[in-house]
Amino acid sequence: MNEIVIDAKGITKKFGDFTVVDDFDIQVPKGAIYGFLGPNGSGKTTTIRILCGLLTADSGGGTCLGHDIAKESELIKREVGYMTQKFSLYQDLTIRENLDFVARMFRVKNRRKRVQAALEDLGLADRSHQLAGELSGGWKQRLALATCLIHDPKLLLLDEPTAGVDPKARREFWDEIRRLAAEGVTILVSTHYMDEAVQCDSIAYIAYGKKLIDGPSNRIAQQVGLKTYRVTGANLRALELAFKDTGEDLQIARFGTGLHVSSTDHQMLKQTVKDIATDQGAKFELQPAGLEEAFIYLMTGSKDNFRKD
Amino acid sequence: MRRDRVTFAMMIGLPIVQLLLFGFAINNDPRNLPTLVENADNGPLSRSILASMESSGYFDFQGFVDGQAAGDSALRTGDANFVIVIPRNFERDVLRGNQPSILVSADASDPSALSGAVGALDGIIDAAIRDYRRGPMLALTGDPSKFSVIVHRQYNPEGKTATNIVPGLLAVILSMTMVMITAVAIVKETERGTMEMLIATPVRPMEVMLGKILPYVLVGYVQTFVFIIAATLLFDVPFDGSRKAFIIGVNLFIIVNLALGFLISTAARNQMQAMQLSFFTILPSILLSGFMFPFAGMPGWAQTLGQIVPATHFIRIVRAVMLKGAETRDVAQSYGALVILLIVISLIAAKRYRQTLD
Repeated sequence: MNEIVIDAKGITKKFGDFTVVDDFDIQVPKGAIYGFLGPNGSGKTTTIRILCGLLTADSGGGTCLGHDIAKESELIKREVGYMTQKFSLYQDLTIRENLDFVARMFRVKNRRKRVQAALEDLGLADRSHQLAGELSGGWKQRLALATCLIHDPKLLLLDEPTAGVDPKARREFWDEIRRLAAEGVTILVSTHYMDEAVQCDSIAYIAYGKKLIDGPSNRIAQQVGLKTYRVTGANLRALELAFKDTGEDLQIARFGTGLHVSSTDHQMLKQTVKDIATDQGAKFELQPAGLEEAFIYLMTGSKDNFRKD
Repeated sequence: MRRDRVTFAMMIGLPIVQLLLFGFAINNDPRNLPTLVENADNGPLSRSILASMESSGYFDFQGFVDGQAAGDSALRTGDANFVIVIPRNFERDVLRGNQPSILVSADASDPSALSGAVGALDGIIDAAIRDYRRGPMLALTGDPSKFSVIVHRQYNPEGKTATNIVPGLLAVILSMTMVMITAVAIVKETERGTMEMLIATPVRPMEVMLGKILPYVLVGYVQTFVFIIAATLLFDVPFDGSRKAFIIGVNLFIIVNLALGFLISTAARNQMQAMQLSFFTILPSILLSGFMFPFAGMPGWAQTLGQIVPATHFIRIVRAVMLKGAETRDVAQSYGALVILLIVISLIAAKRYRQTLD
């Protein structure tokens, strides 16, 4: 049995009348990359903040790195690196000053050496006197990650770390994340991107404050019980309309040159796809349901808690 | 516009506040100035003079004092604006034609506050004498106007405006910069997202706050230092009182202003709002504090409002120390007021700050 780093139960947080996080349970083993997926405003950020003790939950509780999340937030903060959604370093300090400042806040020992090493790791040693505000998006993100790591945290919380970063930089970023995980750092990451979600060991899908599902990333689709057919034909628009006209409970999504038609009612799905495809002269094949289909399915089924009813 | 309530308040509220303040509160010919009497004669003539002074509306007799020391102390602490001294055997000397004189000691540290009252003195005394001669003493008197009134303008004998304005300016300068700089600096931290990063470090929230505020105490010292040099060298303002009293006052005032800036930062959502809200607090510091217009001239409600403006108390301290040579004990009351304001503002600010963290 692996060591559990985060173990929390029943976390609930309300802002006024809105329940932002609703009865949330989570268990993260050491060295795992745990992904939070969910639409905007679904409570991902709030959950992350509660778990590292920045916010206090209204009810529920648990431990993070063996410390109580409600009472020992100061101990937790010392061992956690938190990368915020927005670039949160001082734009008018230089790269080196930023690193140095954060290192001082965490009372890092051998500060000079540590900062120098971080600069060299980043490949920014010769640009260390540049102002942080002048960096491009990708570099800002790398700098932010470096500052999060300056005190060698055991747990890394990344709140939508790759928003607005180009694909190459994103790939490099994830290489770095996986390297850290291999070294035993536990990583909690929130994201919108499916290709990033696939990189996680486990995923929790949150919508409107509720956790809809969690599990290893390669088994989520199975857990949902979704089957998907990929239908390709000359006239996709006509195909799409035909599926919609059946009035059946189908989930139709366009992926590149094909339609992904999914449903949990396998019998009905097979029959409908066969009928329409033959009718329109289209090809179809069964394929494993992906994360994206699973999440669209979950999303459609979930209720918006910001809607009053 | 509907959703940016601060701007809305600025556009609608500010003109209304200005109208009310300028229209009702500001009075350049203040009446009911607190006055103390040292009457060593207490004859019908002196009583007649005092009665006529009181009925003029300019002088509000608060009571009697014994001896010069008590009168001077009342002027220095600002308890009284005038002390009227009627010498022993005043009436007898008038009747004998010895030409005695009534001494009116006035606190001229705010010359404009006094000009109305002082100007009215001659007329008041003429009227008193007319009343007096109508009485049964008429037959006895020769010419009862054989006495003089000496007005002793204390603390600012030449009635220079600079002497009055410059010490008050320190309060305005400090409140303007201290409140605004702290508010903007803290809001900027929230706006840029760096506050979130700071909170995620093991540094305690209160440490973050102190770290943000303390540097500005130094800025306040630099401003005060420059001010003192300019006031004494450039404007010839005296510095008669105790330095200790001054230093305590400056420190208290700087801290109160920083707390106020901190409070504003918890209410403002962006730097623009922080600027606007700071401006809100600066306006009463200029208009209601007695800086521009005599405090005693304002109606009761405006004076009450003025009491909760920190600048009011600080201006009293600075004027008392620089112009009137006050010691620490003379301004103790103003210290007390500043301390109370500091406690109230800090409590509200700390409470709001904790809410913003959540």
